[in-house]
Amino acid sequence: MSLIEIKKLSKAYKSGEESVMALNDVNLNIEQGEFVSVMGPSGSGKSTLLTVLGGLSHPTGGTVVVDEIPIYKLPMERLADYRREYLGFIFQSFHLISYLTVIENVMLPLAITEITNRDQSKMAEEMLEETGLKGKENRFPDQLSGGEQERVAIARALVNSPPILLADEPTGNLDSKTGKEIMALFKTLHEKKQTIVMVTHNLDNTEFSTRTILLKDGSMVETNKNG
Amino acid sequence: MKIKDISLNNLRKRKGKALFLILGLTIGVTTAITLISITRMMNEDISNKLDEYGANILILPRSDAFSLSYGGMSLGGISVGTQILKNSDVPKIRKIDVRENINTVSPKLFEVVDIAGKKVPLMGVQFREEVRLKKWWKVHGNIPENHDEVLLGNDVASHLQKSRGDKLSINETTVRIAGVLDETGSQDDYLIFGDLSFVQEIVQKHEALSLIEISAFCNTCPIEEIVRQISIELPHAKVTAIKQTIQTKMDALEHLKKFSIGISIIVLFIGGLIVFTNMTASVNERKREIGIFRAVGFRKSHVVRIIFLEALIMALIAGVLGFILGEGLSQFLGPIVTGIERGKWILDPLLAASTVLLSVFIGILSSAYPAIHASKMDPTDALRSL
Repeated sequence: MSLIEIKKLSKAYKSGEESVMALNDVNLNIEQGEFVSVMGPSGSGKSTLLTVLGGLSHPTGGTVVVDEIPIYKLPMERLADYRREYLGFIFQSFHLISYLTVIENVMLPLAITEITNRDQSKMAEEMLEETGLKGKENRFPDQLSGGEQERVAIARALVNSPPILLADEPTGNLDSKTGKEIMALFKTLHEKKQTIVMVTHNLDNTEFSTRTILLKDGSMVETNKNG
Repeated sequence: MKIKDISLNNLRKRKGKALFLILGLTIGVTTAITLISITRMMNEDISNKLDEYGANILILPRSDAFSLSYGGMSLGGISVGTQILKNSDVPKIRKIDVRENINTVSPKLFEVVDIAGKKVPLMGVQFREEVRLKKWWKVHGNIPENHDEVLLGNDVASHLQKSRGDKLSINETTVRIAGVLDETGSQDDYLIFGDLSFVQEIVQKHEALSLIEISAFCNTCPIEEIVRQISIELPHAKVTAIKQTIQTKMDALEHLKKFSIGISIIVLFIGGLIVFTNMTASVNERKREIGIFRAVGFRKSHVVRIIFLEALIMALIAGVLGFILGEGLSQFLGPIVTGIERGKWILDPLLAASTVLLSVFIGILSSAYPAIHASKMDPTDALRSL
């Protein structure tokens, strides 16, 4: 059984009087340890796929099963628990909390767990070391470069060791050099058997992934195995 | 890091907004406390003044005889039977445990005498006490100072066609009219007032009293307790609280209390409104942040806790500040506004605790809608970039 099983997934949005199909009959299986890139033009449904997979937006039809759990059959609060236990989110605009320090931002997903402050700090420090941010624990996000902020976001996404990492345009706001560094970090994570689903516009980024999915008008038109 | 750290860090980072919100609620609490404290001072002062104004306890001899009336008050069987109230009873009243609440004790002897063939009621009083009790008296002439001087009620003076300085013969004793009362609209208009010992002497009732009127401060001690203690001291007497007088005073104080509560509610409502608008604005500004919380796995209840915790911290600070400022202001403004002398400040722990609790209640109540609204935000709407 695959880690992620998406069957006949559809998602419709209301746009004024009209209904727009953001996702239309998408079927997709992702195995544990896979690195999947999702590509497609703007409005093709890439981000919608990520939000639905992330338990943030209920689909109009179809099912999403993660680790044998049909996530949209879970009650609202359990869905939040699913996000905490199974997912790490990385956003294009980093989405760090401005009033929390670097280490506090990384510890954010742990704040609602029973883990002690001491253990939280230890876990966050380890992640910061892994993402190359050692020594910057007590800085605030606005004191960091874009690349560093992205690394903090990655550390936050991975601090509780989630089985799945969802990344939305992780290099979208970075210069090409920093973008390559971040992708190298993704490659390292993948080598450690981290399952990654990444939405990207950048074709160069797909070379790090094991599979690329192409979406067009909400439908999956192509899927390629890389390498 | 725990949820409380998120709330505290947010307040630290957004000091300006937090201070503005605390200020709004502090102003509300301060105003309410100032009003409550000043009203309390006024209440005490007015209550004492009202207590001084007329009697509120009446002591009569125990008797089964028919009743006579004095200003709507029953005089019991004063004109018949044995007089059992005596001069010696007066000092006993001043010996009760709550004697500091006794303001004026006015013993009286009532008799009907014959003056120029007319039946006229004569009342023996201690003028010093009587004048303290009847602050509304206006006298043409003087209050009697000598043993053989009397004061005439307005109607009696007209009826006998006498004025101040005239002489009058009571039971073959000649007395001088020291003064005539202005019309009072009460039984006093129909009475002749003489010195108590003098009246006791001319009516041959030495040491006897018909009744004792008392003005007591019932602000700090319930009138029932004063009545109970006097009844123990004077078992042969019937001690009664004049309910009508007390009720009038209570009504007057109640109006004042209601007014201050009304104003306090309005001010606190405005304080609550400030918290509400600020919290709502703050939640809307923090949409993205709430989206992040939800995305990393925070439950709705976690988001509500963050908002409530912030409101709680700010309301606690506002409550403590509001109490201190309110008490300070009332100590400073109270004497200026009311003309009442400032007493020694005493910490009222109940008021302090109630103030902080009320502030917290308003803070939480005003944040309830913004907090619930925040928890219900669609995370994808909040995280526009996804």
